[in-house]
Amino acid sequence: MAMALDTTIEQTALVQAATSESRVARYTLITISLVFLALILALPLAAVFHEAFRKGTAAFTSALQDPETLSAIKLTLIVAGIAVPLNLVFGVAAAWAIAKFEFRGKAFLTTLIDLPFSVSPVISGLVFVILFGSQSLLGPVLKSYGIQILFAVPGLVLATVFVTFPFVARELIPLMQEQGTADEEAALSLGASGWQTFWHVTLPNIKWGLLYGVLLCNARAMGEFGAVSVVSGHIRGETNTMPLQVEILYNEYNFVAAFAVATLLALLALVTLVLKTLLEIKFSDEIAASRRH
Amino acid sequence: MEFGTVKRSQWRSPSVLPGFGLALGATLVWLTLIILIPLSGLAVRTSSLGWAKFWAIASDERTLKALQVSFGTAFVAALINVVFGVLLAWVLVRYRFPGRRIIDAVVDLPFALPTAVAGIALTTLYAPNGWIGAPLASLGLKVAFTPVGIVLALVFVGLPFVVRTVQPVMEEIDREVEETSATLGANRFQTIAHVLLPGLLPAVLTGFALAFARGVGEYGSVIFIAGNLPYVSEIAPLLIVIRLEEFNYPGATAIAAIMLILSFAMLLVINLIQAWSRRRYGYGT
Repeated sequence: MAMALDTTIEQTALVQAATSESRVARYTLITISLVFLALILALPLAAVFHEAFRKGTAAFTSALQDPETLSAIKLTLIVAGIAVPLNLVFGVAAAWAIAKFEFRGKAFLTTLIDLPFSVSPVISGLVFVILFGSQSLLGPVLKSYGIQILFAVPGLVLATVFVTFPFVARELIPLMQEQGTADEEAALSLGASGWQTFWHVTLPNIKWGLLYGVLLCNARAMGEFGAVSVVSGHIRGETNTMPLQVEILYNEYNFVAAFAVATLLALLALVTLVLKTLLEIKFSDEIAASRRH
Repeated sequence: MEFGTVKRSQWRSPSVLPGFGLALGATLVWLTLIILIPLSGLAVRTSSLGWAKFWAIASDERTLKALQVSFGTAFVAALINVVFGVLLAWVLVRYRFPGRRIIDAVVDLPFALPTAVAGIALTTLYAPNGWIGAPLASLGLKVAFTPVGIVLALVFVGLPFVVRTVQPVMEEIDREVEETSATLGANRFQTIAHVLLPGLLPAVLTGFALAFARGVGEYGSVIFIAGNLPYVSEIAPLLIVIRLEEFNYPGATAIAAIMLILSFAMLLVINLIQAWSRRRYGYGT
């Protein structure tokens, strides 16, 4: 009996050894990964904070109190504040149509929604310059009515909406597909109206996935550079968002100020990552559904 | 009434859930306004250039070089990301070590960190007087302000694409496959090379394609570190911006159209390869 047990243990140990790497190999692989991540991710992040505080806290805080920087912060919040809710509503509508119904052309529609991911940010801005620029058909007409799209908030919002278009829909579609339609059908058969079903059944089911999508959408909206750079016109204190302000300050060799604004964006990224990780830990099932696609 | 139902079901299956018309309508309107009209504006503008003019811009030496730099560096960066991305995914899925959760979270940093911030940070770090650039410079290696710098920036932005596509597939690998392989006498290296990696191929290709597509179009993180020397380290998106600043709209439009056509063609090819390898290998997804 004891011998039989010994053999089992021995066999188990053998199998484990055969389906895993040796200790040395394991530690080598972990070390290579960590060194790589340090060189590519961790050190750049550390450099942002180091450069921002290079000349002390006073220089850092005064750089952030510059009126042009303050207006850049305000503009970023305005643009994201408009673009993110728009894409939130669209994302929910798209996910409802695509995930809860079967219709022809669904795969094609999904591909179209993902399209902005494979378009260069610069081109995302360029398309609006072509559409609304002074050489276009629409530009002069709108101008005669006193409507300014390019080099103003509407252009920045349009470019940002274009770039962040897929984020919310992309998170929700796989999640809602996984959940199926049984809950909604039950609610409807119990006499709930369509809106009641959506508010009280669907929305609670998807809220964490939705929050996850909004979080990523917002991070991109506030940090977008290429697309807004093309439509902004770089008017100081007026049409510069935070990332554009970073560029201007950096190109003027005003490194402390550039990195000071950059720390705010880096903090935004860190907060996004922390919230994202917390959501993933707490609601791993829901979010895993969307990751698998 | 009944006739209507039958007719409708030809293009969509019947469902008791309401709101299909509203949701699909809103989606199509929004999609048309934000994506389709602007992109077709680009197509119309390009076709109005005429073939001769388009060809003149496309075959311009500077345009060709810029496209070559963009696609070349993106390709190299995506290859590097495949190697380190698969390694990282493996380490994160298979090994337990202190700080693993933090490392897992940090991999997403490039998704969350604005590209301009990444650009100035990498430049500062890898410039000849930077923390890493200085020791490299004493070895005679120059990273910032060369095409190597572009590759570095693209490795940064592309890394999470590979890790996040490979990781979930790796998690689902059935351990029994490895046990069988080991029982049949394969050593660990053979098991990984001949049993595990082929099954990961579709996911790896997807990750490669996503990282590559992102790298080709990337602008913010690259322009600071590239040096932007025409014919050497000038990327195609930057050339579009330069043409726009010169009010050379046809030039900007034509380069954008070429980039889009090339990217879509390449994604199509990669999709086909992926579909093939998924049938051939694949873990069922």
